[in-house]
Amino acid sequence: MTTATARKIRVVVAKPGLDGHDRGAKIIARALRDAGMEVIYTGLHQTPEQIAETVIQEDADAVGLSILSGAHMTLVPKVVALLAAQGVDDVLVTVGGTIPADDIPELKKLGVAAVFTPGAGTDEIVDFIRAGATERHERGE
Amino acid sequence: MAAEPGSKPEFKQREAEFTTISGQEIEPLYGPEDVDPELEQRVGEPGEYPFTRGPYPSMYRGRLWTMRQFAGFGTVEETNERFHYLLDHGQTGLSTAFDMPTLMGYDSDHERSLGEVGREGVAVDTLDDMEQLFAGIPLGGVTTSMTINAPAAILLAYYVLVGESQGVPPEKLGGTIQTDILKEYIAQKEWCFPIEPAMRLVTDMIEWCTQNMPRWHPVSISGYHIREAGSTAQQELAFTLKDGFTYVERALERGLDVDDFAPRLSFFFNAHVDFFEEIAKYRAARRIWARELRDTYGAKREESMRLRFHTQTAGVSLTAQQPLNNIVRTSLEAMAAVLGGTQSLHTNSYDEALALPTEEAVRVALRTQQIIAAESGVTATADPLGGSWFVEKLTDEMEAAAYGYFARIDELGGMVEAIRRNFPQREIADASFTYQQELNERKRIVVGVNDFVQEDEEPTPILKIDPSLERKQTDRLAATRARRDGAAVESALAELKRVAATDGNLMEPIIAAARVRATEGEMISAMQEIFGTYTESPVF
Repeated sequence: MTTATARKIRVVVAKPGLDGHDRGAKIIARALRDAGMEVIYTGLHQTPEQIAETVIQEDADAVGLSILSGAHMTLVPKVVALLAAQGVDDVLVTVGGTIPADDIPELKKLGVAAVFTPGAGTDEIVDFIRAGATERHERGE
Repeated sequence: MAAEPGSKPEFKQREAEFTTISGQEIEPLYGPEDVDPELEQRVGEPGEYPFTRGPYPSMYRGRLWTMRQFAGFGTVEETNERFHYLLDHGQTGLSTAFDMPTLMGYDSDHERSLGEVGREGVAVDTLDDMEQLFAGIPLGGVTTSMTINAPAAILLAYYVLVGESQGVPPEKLGGTIQTDILKEYIAQKEWCFPIEPAMRLVTDMIEWCTQNMPRWHPVSISGYHIREAGSTAQQELAFTLKDGFTYVERALERGLDVDDFAPRLSFFFNAHVDFFEEIAKYRAARRIWARELRDTYGAKREESMRLRFHTQTAGVSLTAQQPLNNIVRTSLEAMAAVLGGTQSLHTNSYDEALALPTEEAVRVALRTQQIIAAESGVTATADPLGGSWFVEKLTDEMEAAAYGYFARIDELGGMVEAIRRNFPQREIADASFTYQQELNERKRIVVGVNDFVQEDEEPTPILKIDPSLERKQTDRLAATRARRDGAAVESALAELKRVAATDGNLMEPIIAAARVRATEGEMISAMQEIFGTYTESPVF
């Protein structure tokens, strides 16, 4: 076993924007923690700057952005751009919430790895993040 | 071979969970032995203490519930149009949804508002916006509900001033403003101030409305958001009532007479999909409130003990998959609310797991209520399920569960302290996680999500919010800022800060600032200079 794979997967679960709908974010945070990952939940009402800073400071493998306010097309590009501006291009970015199907291709073009919409199972999300983060570890990052 | 006469037929049971959605065990059969021997006394008559069977003697024979669809998106013009549309289609009361910046006390031109203006509700920054929102709607002839909490006093001030401009004095204005700040800290999470000053503002509103707005409900004590955050029915009931008792205690400490303000407190509950459990919840709520108001808080007037409530069907029960199925879920939930004796009702639209509703979806939702009212026959008699051994037993169990929570909260030092210690927040997070696990393990089935799944669904057309609306609103705000008397705004805000630092009632200085077109954000910032802000330490 290498040290890279022995390290726990670190995930930031973040609530950008002003909406207070945190049921989903908390469920995901707990499911990831129960799956053995290290979870940093930012709490509510975070600015894109606060989220990017948390991702960098925590040296996260993945970040899950939970948005149910309809502001995803404003907030997600900002987080992605802020990470890129800091030279962070290997963090798995996922989005969850009420995201209309039409917006998903555009988010993916920005570099979002996956978008989980209402009804997505926690197992599916845990597996996706584990696979993506493991790949990052194996690249030795 | 035929069974012997007198022998019992075989008792078969499917492999399934026989619990409510909240996890309450359900027996295969209920009978007379399951109910309290003094059932009649515990239940009473409709319109009589303890109001288990309903707040009024004739219930829907006397008056149907108010069909009140929550609406708000984009700018005030769009929402004003939707209001006119709903009134033209037979809706009988208005209900306003505000956008996130308005709920959090940020003006539309604040950097935190970017991308959020008009998204989840209508943006209101100044009195100019409020005047446009209610243009062509005579406020003396409708009742209006406003879903806003931390900045509620400001929106109430705007409404009073719109009334004034139409020649309708405050005492003639009817409606409800949510103002329930405790459930914000518990569940909905839209706050501006720390808990104590926020509670003072709520009490200021109760006091001011008691003196000036006899037809207004200054607080709508809300379980809706607690349930949407993932609580059980029992938690919704218990935390909501305990919040209500806390407001009563604050108003009593202020020196108000319980019989002067308690009749104007109203409630707002969720209608989830577990039919009988919901009906039991409403019946238990009325009984507990009546008893506690009379016995603990010394109410003498029946109006003080009579719990009346608005209901909204459960947004959280809607699925993005096969969205037309949501019409059926909403119908069941609406029926539970009606059989539980609601005074007003919002039915969700079938596309709301995807986006804000389209006009067509809103119409179907309203028609759902009209079908229940006009066609189903359930309105002909009061509390049709009263005396059902099952429903009465569930009502008793619901009540017992609520008292269990009251005791735990009291041990922590009351609701404000319990919130500071994250008690209700943690209970809700646990319940919501348990439910999600049950879905994962398929112990519970949600049609279209973890069973009866349909691949290759046709996409549902959804409402798109025009991104240029944000610009339109910030332009409007800039115009108001340019037009108003800057010195008058400065001095009104200084007076607001001065009063905030004393224990004077904040309503008058807020009305004065609103009148000279101070913005919502300016008033909130002024008060934050004195009160501070709030940050939670989240639990999951």
